[in-house]
Amino acid sequence: MPDAAADRPELRPALDALSARFPGVVLSVGVEKGEITVRLGKAGLIPVLRSLKEEAGFNALEDIIVLDNLRTAGEGGKRFTVLYQLCRFPGADRVRLAVDVGEDEGLDSAVPVYRSADWAEREAFDMFGVRFEGHPGLRRIYMPDDFEGHPLRKDFPLEGRDGGV
Amino acid sequence: MAFKEINLNMGPQHPSTHGVLRLKLAVDNEVVLSVESIIGYLHRGMEKLWENLTYTQVVPLTDRLDYLASLSNNLGYVLAVEKLAGIEVPRRARYIRVVLAELQRLASHLAWLGFQANDIGAMSVLLYGFEARETILDVFEEYCGARLTIHGIRIGGVPHDLDAALAARIRKVLDGIPRRLADIRALLDDNRIWKQRTVGVGRIAADDAIAYGLTGPCLRACGAAWDMRKDVPYSSYDEFDFDVPLGRNGDVYDRYLVRLEEICQSIRIVRQALDGLPEGETSAKVPRVLKVAPAEVFHTIEAPKGILGFYIRSNGTDKPERVKMKSPSFINLQSVEHMCKGNLFSDVVGILGSLDIVLGEIDK
Repeated sequence: MPDAAADRPELRPALDALSARFPGVVLSVGVEKGEITVRLGKAGLIPVLRSLKEEAGFNALEDIIVLDNLRTAGEGGKRFTVLYQLCRFPGADRVRLAVDVGEDEGLDSAVPVYRSADWAEREAFDMFGVRFEGHPGLRRIYMPDDFEGHPLRKDFPLEGRDGGV
Repeated sequence: MAFKEINLNMGPQHPSTHGVLRLKLAVDNEVVLSVESIIGYLHRGMEKLWENLTYTQVVPLTDRLDYLASLSNNLGYVLAVEKLAGIEVPRRARYIRVVLAELQRLASHLAWLGFQANDIGAMSVLLYGFEARETILDVFEEYCGARLTIHGIRIGGVPHDLDAALAARIRKVLDGIPRRLADIRALLDDNRIWKQRTVGVGRIAADDAIAYGLTGPCLRACGAAWDMRKDVPYSSYDEFDFDVPLGRNGDVYDRYLVRLEEICQSIRIVRQALDGLPEGETSAKVPRVLKVAPAEVFHTIEAPKGILGFYIRSNGTDKPERVKMKSPSFINLQSVEHMCKGNLFSDVVGILGSLDIVLGEIDK
């Protein structure tokens, strides 16, 4: 692994162990503004989450964030990037996992590893339409069940459709 | 008595749900079998709005998230923007922010105390709690003219200086709170009814609490010392001396004790910040139109309800590409099912109240 963890030396052992255990899954490790982002292939997501939780002690999943790459993806790029914000308690070491996923693909659900992923994944599904395979009850959380579309997608109009909801 | 599962609907217009929350309960006689939270009644699409506003225009909208602690929302968002744009905030402004944020924590905890006691049936505590909270809202009013949706923190610093007259007024308010608190504690601490309704009710173990993502006073009531002000100090919190109060049993009663002790610690912090208030500017120089080079940050603070986080991604323009809010109430509410299962139906209201949720930040 390159010197990506240079300015966060305390996280180096965990990150080195990660890329040694999952060759080919960890695509890159970057540090920006003191925050670590590990880019993964989508197939390795759950094993890496499990390893980070059980071996490196990242016991809290703080949030799942979806980015819509509609205008930035370019040729062959995937529509969405899903970010998993992990934290290690006690203390507050953080690492962010980034997985690209296309519009017609699903991601494996993180609920079997982190219980707090339940509502976060429902929110990601409701707002962006990202599907999580194996989620115990993937349904909308904010919008009404019969709502069509996903409001936080970049191509969903700000003022709503047909005069709003 | 024979087993009989009954489904009950609580809310969305129920007085003890603190907003518009609906709980679908399954009960066997008096015992709760399962709880399902149905949210979204207050969903305003905040994150969508933020993507279409400039960095500065977002700040007043954050007031409308946790509207009982609007300054904390301002602070959480503004700190994330400052980290993203590399803005260095003057030390005096950081101290004034601490004064405001801790006063906001006091106001939030006092409001919670009143609501919680009222939900369980102790009406007079609500009046005492709100009387004390009112004196803090008066301080906010004198500082910037607003009481509830305060918009009291700006990107780069604070909108107004904190002069000697206001500092003296804040000290007077702080002097009055311990007396009120003593009155409330005399009513509740050893009150037999209060203890029957709170001790051992809604318990959650520390490991489960972390797995569910629980943060803030509810987590600390389980004995887990997780406080962002200590772990990742922001806004000069490392320059103040304060303790992180912990509970032991993770029940409703310990959540009450932890919040009461946090009130005392917040008073300590505000006094230290007023005593040591450094001279200097109250704001950094921030361009009128703030454009931020492409980057991403996730920054968290210890809000009164728990860990409040903002993920912001910039794209080089004056508007963010994406803002995601990690709302403490949203994540805390997720564990209500775990806490209520096996408890009495009549305790659901007390457990829900002990989480100190605000639907404004759950529904965004």
